[in-house]
Amino acid sequence: MVLTGSQILIEALKLEGVDTVFGYPGGAVINIYDDLFEATAINHILTRHEQAAVHAADGYARCTGKVGVAIATSGPGATNTVTGIATAFMDSIPMVIITGQVPTPLIGNDAFQEADMCGITRPCTKHNFLVKDIKDLARTIKEAFYIARTGRPGPVLVDLPKDVQIAKLEFKYPDEVNLRGYKPTYSGNTRQIEKAAKMILEAQKPVLYVGGGVNLSAASEELLKLADLTQIPVTTTLMAMAAFPQRHPLALGMLGMHGTFYANMSVTECDLLIAVGARFDDRVTGRIDSFAEKAKVIHVDIDPTSIRKNVEVDLPIVGDIRDVLVKLTDSLTRQQEQVETLVEATEAWRDTIAEWKERHPMAYRHTKSTIKPQYVIEKLRELTNDDAIITTEVGQHQMWTAQFFEFTQPRTFLTSGGLGTMGFGLPSALGAQAAFPERQVIDISGDGSFQMNSQELATLVQYQLPVKIVILNNNYLGMVRQWQQMFFDKRYSQTVLELPIDFIKLAEAYGATGLQTSKVEEVEEIIRKGLETPGPVLMNFNVSREENVLPMVPAGRAIHEMVLAS
Amino acid sequence: MKHTISVLVENEFGVLARISGLFSGRGFNIESLSVAPTHDPDISRMTIVTRGDDRILEQVTKQLNKLISTIKVVDFTDEEFVERELALIKVTAEAESRAEALRIVDIFRAKVVDVTPKTYTIEITGAPRKIDGILELLRPMGIKEVVRSGPVAIGRGAKRDWTA
Ligand SMILES: Cc1ncc(C[n+]2csc(CCOP(=O)(O)OP(=O)(O)O)c2C)c(N)n1
Repeated sequence: MVLTGSQILIEALKLEGVDTVFGYPGGAVINIYDDLFEATAINHILTRHEQAAVHAADGYARCTGKVGVAIATSGPGATNTVTGIATAFMDSIPMVIITGQVPTPLIGNDAFQEADMCGITRPCTKHNFLVKDIKDLARTIKEAFYIARTGRPGPVLVDLPKDVQIAKLEFKYPDEVNLRGYKPTYSGNTRQIEKAAKMILEAQKPVLYVGGGVNLSAASEELLKLADLTQIPVTTTLMAMAAFPQRHPLALGMLGMHGTFYANMSVTECDLLIAVGARFDDRVTGRIDSFAEKAKVIHVDIDPTSIRKNVEVDLPIVGDIRDVLVKLTDSLTRQQEQVETLVEATEAWRDTIAEWKERHPMAYRHTKSTIKPQYVIEKLRELTNDDAIITTEVGQHQMWTAQFFEFTQPRTFLTSGGLGTMGFGLPSALGAQAAFPERQVIDISGDGSFQMNSQELATLVQYQLPVKIVILNNNYLGMVRQWQQMFFDKRYSQTVLELPIDFIKLAEAYGATGLQTSKVEEVEEIIRKGLETPGPVLMNFNVSREENVLPMVPAGRAIHEMVLAS
Repeated sequence: MKHTISVLVENEFGVLARISGLFSGRGFNIESLSVAPTHDPDISRMTIVTRGDDRILEQVTKQLNKLISTIKVVDFTDEEFVERELALIKVTAEAESRAEALRIVDIFRAKVVDVTPKTYTIEITGAPRKIDGILELLRPMGIKEVVRSGPVAIGRGAKRDWTA
């Protein structure tokens, strides 16, 4: 069948199994939108900002595991996507972003709404393409999806000039891709895995340090099996809080800058650190030379560049996390007796950790006079379903969510870890709700972050996406204020959000429901009411203003040098 | 330590920017870079000279390999290889120094490729050290301009550095 470029794009999207796309039209994609008008197989959601379209596609990808798709026009539409793309890139989220481009003869002429998107996004995409000839279009889309979802996933941008969208060609979608420069290693080396099993069996104080890679390779079950078998305690990064059930007796919670006392102590004192799909980010390691100083390190990752990037590793294993965990667990299961010995030998270690946990549990001081933000999160956890999807913005509320929500199911916690993008939570919740219309989806937000993409209330209302928004309102850019309090003599430079905003009116202006309280005794009621109310609901909680996120490892310190809650 | 790395890449739009962007974005050092198509017109070969300790070089090669457009990366440092660079050197050559310039050209088996009453333009190929050598000797005469290609490199022996 002879099709135009924009029709080829849409047919290709269908063949890739895309049912939902997020986007915003403009002159350079008007042909694509014209064809979308009739494409009933694809549900297009019009966000109110291109950044939000990309975050929405990102949220969709994080909770489904599928490739998220976003569309934007050339120039300003395309540049608006950059923060969203960089956010996805830092967290290795599979996405394809289609941007319109000026016609090929005008490229390089500073044409109206021209921006060099391949140039701009080169450092924040896994790969990108400028399609200059319609003959390359179908193959390019095929490759874009393949690259986005395989290996270490990531965002791929396809820049599509207007004349290529209009040109016509017989449509043929390639059956397979052939990229000679791209052959990810999935299968972990068996000899290395046997060595890892040996190291584990010889350990006295082992710890599993688990990162977002476990989500990406859907390996939560395998991780749980390994932990249960070996009784090795598990600490998770921000990206992996939902990848291991936080109420499990072996769960140590988060590690790093705002990690639990016992997670950070365990890593500091362990003799074997098994890093699984984690990348030794500086927010995790603190001062790098004292991180897990006494430990041998096993590092499992699909991306060879992650290994030995920040720390020396005793045993690297390149491969898909799930493949490696399955093989490792198999190997250990075959050595049942030694595993029993290991479990006995490490009992003292688990006791030590239990003592640490008793000495400094994750806690906060509840009051009757002001709402503690942690209290709202605890109540929320109590009142939501286990499969509720929680997104956050960035700041104190994000850390409290990680610390106190106690996630139990994979892919239920969507947060911008690597880039730390304020404004991520609301649009990513939108994307998650579009993927799972029946599930509870909640954006936990600060009053600062919420205003970075609050226009998406309109999208929620238009599509009746019943996202619930919980604002922990402290009238501050709280996380920055906390740093200023602790390290800059309380000089609150530009972190006071002077203007108290009427969030109820804001919600109502868009046609959403707004609820709020400043009273501790009303928190539960408001949450219940908010969750029961159909459609999008914004719940504003005026919380204790100068509450701090603790424990905290000051920048440049070793992770056992924590400032603890008193 | 100095490393000579050969990178085979898809000969496509933007590939040079991907490689150079990788080096600048990650703070790796590039001493020289040369690039041209191979006998297969779909593939270009870059020769990059870089410096760094083992850990950095491990990252450089891994990061290069990670690029979708990269087909193969060879670090020649631990291998036998031939390295050649081309330089064009414009020197002041007047009166008595003209003969001296020619003597130096002769010793280095270089060539004079352009002559004016006041200058010689000299072409020389060889290992980078040889080019450093001739420059050192020509310097007292007054070097007006130097263009160096940066080295290209190939492994010694019958085996190919890569097969597609
Ligand atoms: C786009 C963006 N700009 C700036 C920052 C720096 N930053 C990190 S946390 C924070 C404060 C967030 O305030 P708020 O959303 O009110 O949350 P709180 O910390 O009060 O819970 C800021 C400004 C950021 N992470 N992202």
